[in-house]
Amino acid sequence: METRFTKGKSALLERPLTRPKTEVSVSAFALLFSEVVQYCQSRVYSVTELQARLAEMGQRVGASLLDVLVLREKNGKRETKVLNILLFIKVSVWRSLFGKEADKLEQANDDDKIYYIIEKESLVNTYISVPKENSTLNCAAFTGGIIEAILTHSGFPAKVTVHWHKGTTLMIKFDEAVIARDKALEGR
Amino acid sequence: MSRQSNRTTDSKKMVGDSSRINNSELFTLTYGALVTQLCKDYENDEEVNKQLDKMGYNIGVRLIEDFLARSSIGRCQDFRETADVIAKVAFKMYLGITPSVTNWSPAGDEFSLILESNPLVDFVELPDNHSTLIYSNLLCGILRGALEMVQMAVDVRFVQDTLRGDNVTEIRMKFIKRIEENLPAGDE
Repeated sequence: METRFTKGKSALLERPLTRPKTEVSVSAFALLFSEVVQYCQSRVYSVTELQARLAEMGQRVGASLLDVLVLREKNGKRETKVLNILLFIKVSVWRSLFGKEADKLEQANDDDKIYYIIEKESLVNTYISVPKENSTLNCAAFTGGIIEAILTHSGFPAKVTVHWHKGTTLMIKFDEAVIARDKALEGR
Repeated sequence: MSRQSNRTTDSKKMVGDSSRINNSELFTLTYGALVTQLCKDYENDEEVNKQLDKMGYNIGVRLIEDFLARSSIGRCQDFRETADVIAKVAFKMYLGITPSVTNWSPAGDEFSLILESNPLVDFVELPDNHSTLIYSNLLCGILRGALEMVQMAVDVRFVQDTLRGDNVTEIRMKFIKRIEENLPAGDE
């Protein structure tokens, strides 16, 4: 970061953006995440609200993460095609968050606005057990929030929902305008 | 008609082994999202500090079991040994850093942990209107909760904090007393 822009006002902005060397154990993250879920649960009254809260927190994470990743992994180059941004998420984002790539990326048969990212065992869900009465709760809503923020801030407005299907499935639904624009780009 | 890109890595090995370490960014950003949410929910910093301490306490209570299971450390003979174990083993295992133990009081019941780097505050800057917020207060709660489960009552405070302009982060831990209560039913 150029010091002439920050003029020493913020030491934080002058630090380099290299990958952090410290590595944090999975159980530290799992314990932290379980507290996050418990805290959100104490302030809501329904499963959908809980998932919405988790998604909101995920969005904060995603927004901060996007800038760092784009600068680091792609040298600041911006994706313009839907498939490329999805591959970026499946490979780079997943690898930097979880240490491995997402299991599968699929497109829906009948609707070209919908894509699926499928994971057999999501890291965030590994240590969360869901009681019977809340069986629709899927804490991967947090991951969904991260993805939604990354897509929206990259110029691909979309909605991400999470389902129990073949493990954990994140359903990404792009806005009409995004798909239309993508088609127009391909036609050129 | 559905396009499928399928790249399964050895994900099973990765998630099943709980001592696997992942990159600290997800952890840092999740903690940041949590603190931001708390600041929004509770208007004043004191409340947020108390909440963080409470949540840390809950985490600590469970963390100590995970710690004892994964390291084969036996009982500590005295407070000095406890301090060494916390700094060299526990912090290393969970956060990937090794703080130094200094400033022992003459009676041997108080010491300081000096952290040069703190993964929780990697991307963080405190704005001016939150100058009394103890951002890493979760750590205090964790230490307090974990030690209480091994029959030690301690008082944990932040003395210096890099977020508030100091050079290092210093946590002061004071031994209060040994807890002689019966173990909870179900143990032994």
